[in-house]
Amino acid sequence: MTATVLSVAGARKAFGGLVAVNDVSFDVHDGELLGLIGPNGSGKTTMLNLISGALKPDAGSIALAGERISGLAEHQIARRGVARTFQLVRMLPAMDAERNVMAGALFGHRRLKDSAARDLARELLSFVGLSGREHVPVAALTYIDQKRVELARALASDPRVLLLDEWLAGLNPSELDTGIRLIETLNRQKRTIIMVEHVMDAIRSLCARCVVMNTGRKIKEGKVDDVLADPEVIEAYLGDDDA
Amino acid sequence: MKGLTSSEIGIAALGAVAVAAAATLPLFNQGYYLTLALNIVLYAALCTAWTLFSGPTHYVSLATAAFFGLGTYAVGLGLDHLPFPVLVLAGGAVAAVLAGLVGAATLRISGVYFVIFTFGLAELVRQVVSYAQIKITSRMGIYVFTDFTEKHIYWMLLALTVAVFVTGWLINRSRFGFAMQIIGNDETVARHSGINTARLKITLFMISGAFIGMAGAILAPRYSYVEPPAAFNPMISFLVVIMALLGGTRRLWGPLVGVIPFSILMDFVSVRFPNDTFIVIGIAFLLIVYLLPDGVTGRLEQLRARLRQPDAAAEPAALKEPA
Amino acid sequence: METIVTGVLLGGTYALVALGLTLQYGVARIMNLANGETFVAACFIAFWLFASYQLSPLYGLFVIAPAAFVINWTIYVVLLRPLVARAKNPGMLEVDSILATFGLLFLFQGLMLRGFGGAYTSYAYLSDRFEIFGAFYGLNRVVAFAAAVVIALALYVFLFWTRYGTAVRAVAVSPGAANLVGIDVSRAAALTFALGGALTACGGTLLSTFYTFNASMGVVFTMKALIIVIMGGVGDVRGAVVAALILGIAETSVARLVDPGLTLAATYGLFIFVLLVRPQGFFGRRQA
Repeated sequence: MTATVLSVAGARKAFGGLVAVNDVSFDVHDGELLGLIGPNGSGKTTMLNLISGALKPDAGSIALAGERISGLAEHQIARRGVARTFQLVRMLPAMDAERNVMAGALFGHRRLKDSAARDLARELLSFVGLSGREHVPVAALTYIDQKRVELARALASDPRVLLLDEWLAGLNPSELDTGIRLIETLNRQKRTIIMVEHVMDAIRSLCARCVVMNTGRKIKEGKVDDVLADPEVIEAYLGDDDA
Repeated sequence: MKGLTSSEIGIAALGAVAVAAAATLPLFNQGYYLTLALNIVLYAALCTAWTLFSGPTHYVSLATAAFFGLGTYAVGLGLDHLPFPVLVLAGGAVAAVLAGLVGAATLRISGVYFVIFTFGLAELVRQVVSYAQIKITSRMGIYVFTDFTEKHIYWMLLALTVAVFVTGWLINRSRFGFAMQIIGNDETVARHSGINTARLKITLFMISGAFIGMAGAILAPRYSYVEPPAAFNPMISFLVVIMALLGGTRRLWGPLVGVIPFSILMDFVSVRFPNDTFIVIGIAFLLIVYLLPDGVTGRLEQLRARLRQPDAAAEPAALKEPA
Repeated sequence: METIVTGVLLGGTYALVALGLTLQYGVARIMNLANGETFVAACFIAFWLFASYQLSPLYGLFVIAPAAFVINWTIYVVLLRPLVARAKNPGMLEVDSILATFGLLFLFQGLMLRGFGGAYTSYAYLSDRFEIFGAFYGLNRVVAFAAAVVIALALYVFLFWTRYGTAVRAVAVSPGAANLVGIDVSRAAALTFALGGALTACGGTLLSTFYTFNASMGVVFTMKALIIVIMGGVGDVRGAVVAALILGIAETSVARLVDPGLTLAATYGLFIFVLLVRPQGFFGRRQA
């Protein structure tokens, strides 16, 4: 039985009258690539925000390898090994690609010396397909390249759990292909990843297991093929008249 | 630690020459020009210390007068008991403590609250100090008698300015400085990268406040009688902001570019048009906001970039901050 | 008890200033540091109308408020709208608007110092005594409070009972979303900014009937208004009123029971307390 890296138990988050995450529980195992899917507004990004500490849960708990992280500040959670990408990519606009990636390797889960961090940044930029462009200011990069930088930055901290928030969104078919292959490589390297996605092909080809959310609740969890064929899941996405 | 690049050595050498030249001024003139130069060096120290914090974080601090006044009062109150150098450090320490408290209360929240809080801080400290003074000593002011003349104060302020620059330079090359730049670029990314943003902001604010406090302490002997309205004069806060923004806060030496001309301007205006100082300041602020948002140095750097690569002048499409 | 009533009467006038700033910051997203100058200018104009034309300040309201409306509208359109267009994110707009209105603060105060001098001014209007619950208060304070209540109620009716008022509230919640549902956000911001200025001017007019004022006083009132707005929750009208009354009471209590020289300390104390305990204010809705 593989170890549980992340454990979410009864998580709940409400904004005024809107309950964005309602009593959600699931586990993520070591080396697993877990899909987190659901229609728009189902609370997936809020769930990621709860895990990364951007938001604090109103109830329930989240634990990383047995240690409780819910309620801690973002930087503390980051230092314990949680890294993420953002739905709208967040760059450090006044810096080049290399320094953007170095930011992930100096202060958090991994705290390298400057020179080691620079070497690592170069290596990771090469891994995501940006070798030779370390000193390009990120403001001059295309959107997809910025996403790559963001992924490299997240990897720079050697996270125990990597949260990808719709990282494949907005890509054309060939970019999508490259992106899926990158994540596949990470999966083969036994990285533990939670992937929030709408691109179903990616979920099907990459994930073994996934969790489905709808209006804040977890409605299904299990093998991808089973889940995607489930009538309740189909109804959530398409509405009952089209099921 | 990285080694020094040749351009850094060059700048350091230039700086040393400039400082040495400035230090010789009292030998030539001990009247009007020394007073003017003293003002310039004072604001050079204050504005650069201010920029240490407000530059990278983009938080506009109006607390300068509070820190300054505390430094002045540290000297005023302690002069009979402790040697002057100790009091200067004490002034810095007290100001740093206040900065720490203010930072802890406001820097965790948002920049706007910070500005508002510091807006009235000098007045608040002044009220409290006045109240305490009258209750304890039944007098408003303190006498400060020393052997220091203007030229001594001038040299001390010059030394302080050098100290501020050296500190700023050291911070910029350090991990601390890099972390602050990350915070200034995108605080969310900073937090998610493991940076304790609140603590770093507070620390930097305390360093900045300490230098400002020390400037106030050094200036105390200039007037033999120190009173709260003069020591905690809110004008100090406003002038520091204008000069620093005018010069530009992207570079450590940016404020200097604003200090020198504006000090001269204010000197001129306060003599010729004493009733219009407020109006001049108001217009200065408006000019800065609308015409020179990154200060003179920012504008110059834009021009330089455009001269180098005329076709790259267009804004790259990619970057939009999420609302 | 007497302290509380005096505090409430004072708080009523503070409420108008705070409401003015709430509208300007909550809807137009402009942190108007020059707000206090509108306030003080209104004091002087009211005084001038009363001294030169024997015009009661209550009638003066009908002159001053529209004038303030027009002037603030002009300020927004000419000076502040370009900043809104230029800002790449809300944080930048806040900093820019603070600096720009800071400049206006100095400009206006400088002009007022030139025009009216730096002396303290006051005038006698309705200074007869008025009895409430057995203690006597200046009639002017009571009338000012009553007028403030009427104006605040009018604002409430506008915001919550009229169609355009609802549009204004929508802009306060989310300018982006309001835009999408067809509200002319830019025009709403300009009009609300102007309305905020008019409210502040009403506050100044009413306060001048019982308070001694001078040209340098604006800053203090801006500060109090800012603190009230934050305590009450940015953009929240009820919160601003409640916080204003609390501040009025707190200030009066400290002035009477402790020391009149510590009123600002009391205000700040309250401010710090709110920042530490409930940074979004009493009725605030934004995540801190």
